[in-house]
Amino acid sequence: MENKYKIIPLTGDQAAAEAMRQINPDIVAAYPITPQTEIVMTFAQFVADGIVDTEMIQVESEHSAMSTTLGACAAGVRAMTATSSQGLALMWEVLYIASGYRLPIVMPVVNRALSGPINIHCDHSDTMGARDSGWLHIYCENAQEVYEMTIAAIKIAEHPEILLPVMVCQDGFITSHATEGVKIFDDADIKKLIGEYKPKYPLLDIKNPVSYGPLDLQDYYFEHKRQQSEAVKIAKEKIPGILSEFNKFFGKDYGYIETYRLEDAEIAIIAMSSTCGTARSVIDELHKNNIKAGMLKIRFFRPFPAEEIVNACRNLRAIAVLDRAESFSNQGGPLFAEVRAALYNNVSIPVVNYIYGLGGRDIYTEDIKSIFSEVKEIASTGKVKNLVNYQGVRE
Amino acid sequence: MKNIIEMRWHGRGGQGAKTAADMIAHSALELGKHIQSFPEYGPERAGAPMISYVRVSDLPINLHCGVTNPDIVVVIDPTLIESVPIIEGLDKKGALIVNTSEKPESVRKKLNFNEGKVWTVDATKIALEETGAPLPNTPMLGAVLKATGIVPLDNLKEQLKKKLGKKLSPEKMEGNIKAIEKAYNAVVSG
Repeated sequence: MENKYKIIPLTGDQAAAEAMRQINPDIVAAYPITPQTEIVMTFAQFVADGIVDTEMIQVESEHSAMSTTLGACAAGVRAMTATSSQGLALMWEVLYIASGYRLPIVMPVVNRALSGPINIHCDHSDTMGARDSGWLHIYCENAQEVYEMTIAAIKIAEHPEILLPVMVCQDGFITSHATEGVKIFDDADIKKLIGEYKPKYPLLDIKNPVSYGPLDLQDYYFEHKRQQSEAVKIAKEKIPGILSEFNKFFGKDYGYIETYRLEDAEIAIIAMSSTCGTARSVIDELHKNNIKAGMLKIRFFRPFPAEEIVNACRNLRAIAVLDRAESFSNQGGPLFAEVRAALYNNVSIPVVNYIYGLGGRDIYTEDIKSIFSEVKEIASTGKVKNLVNYQGVRE
Repeated sequence: MKNIIEMRWHGRGGQGAKTAADMIAHSALELGKHIQSFPEYGPERAGAPMISYVRVSDLPINLHCGVTNPDIVVVIDPTLIESVPIIEGLDKKGALIVNTSEKPESVRKKLNFNEGKVWTVDATKIALEETGAPLPNTPMLGAVLKATGIVPLDNLKEQLKKKLGKKLSPEKMEGNIKAIEKAYNAVVSG
């Protein structure tokens, strides 16, 4: 039986705020920043209208937003925040503390380019900067996925064997400010689905005293970091089980990756977020011309789905990885580096990188078609002309 | 009808092109269609040319890029005809709907848009008469509905009441509804 829902017009930001309304966190501490503003604005209205029980803490910066969320979470409550771009950059040192303390904070992030020059539009340089912060990363294609993954992220973060913070990313403006019809499920059902938060080591449980943040030197710091990487490994094992419960409820098939017409494909692109949607349309068109093109969408960047990528790509003849961020390594973007490392020693397929869409430069179906035609060329000649390419830029 | 209809609205910041585009998308969603409605955000400021897009489809919409080849172009500010590439990418057989006191033939000639349909209506005049404010976005909705049949008039009127009922006084709301109906009947094609 399908669960109760209604379809309402929502932007990606509003979809994140709806998820937060249903999650009804105890504490939200946030600072508004474009293009995340509508999340905080919408949620603040829910608080003002008494629709949620949340205590909203106004802070003077994102550094304080993350510090406050972290403190509340350590105290033993469900705590959330949301940010973008410079805001995430300002949280940077505290991000590592949240993951190092194993605090299950869920944070919607609306991807926006980093300054300078100043730009308010989409790219992934902000969250890619937090790549090694110990947070789990989920990248969403559309507003529906934002809503559903924000809810699912709560259970992933709070799983007693995981206990890691999660950022749920959506593309700034492209997703955050576009209205789509979003299926919103029944409040009571969602409440039941995520259940009550039972903190494992609450600071305020004075009968079982714990310490957060003591000095941790040569004697134990390494062990704690080793445990943190073990937690990400455990997360890798546990997440499919957690998602299956949500998949059953939402009627979806969410996993680490999603493939589109990849089974019999000869060439493919690997991408994340809203670009994957546009790529689907291009792939359908290419199939009409008997071009066997497919796509691998990466939903979870952390834990990184290396085995899943290798298995899905095994039979391809050439691959292009699309990065909406530059790493300035002269070796391609961050997604390319990790995908290529995962494939190395496992399969021998030519793989190239396309850096695109920085600062919100739109990626049209023609851009993706042009990438596919170059990948097709590589598949038939076996020759890679340029390892790293820039799509849609004036040279 | 094609299974996806793509629209582009041209207006100036503050004229309500985004609100109008949203109204159409929201009405279509209630009728069971799949929708997208999104403005092109530049350095937003009142009076600057802006664009808003709408997609309406029978099937789920995967595209997340701007509309490059619209079936319908709506111009809510007549001065934009001279200053921005209004018909760029517009389907040759598409529809162009313009707020102007001029006749369709004259707009067609100015833009060299030969094959498609051109519709004109003096939406600013209608807005002034019915609402007392020179905001042509609501009357343009009436014109668009008549020209394209994208959603039925009654559904749109309901949507307007639902979305702006709290913001507008009953008199203002009635004025807006009248403006939509008046433009619906006054828009002419050629």
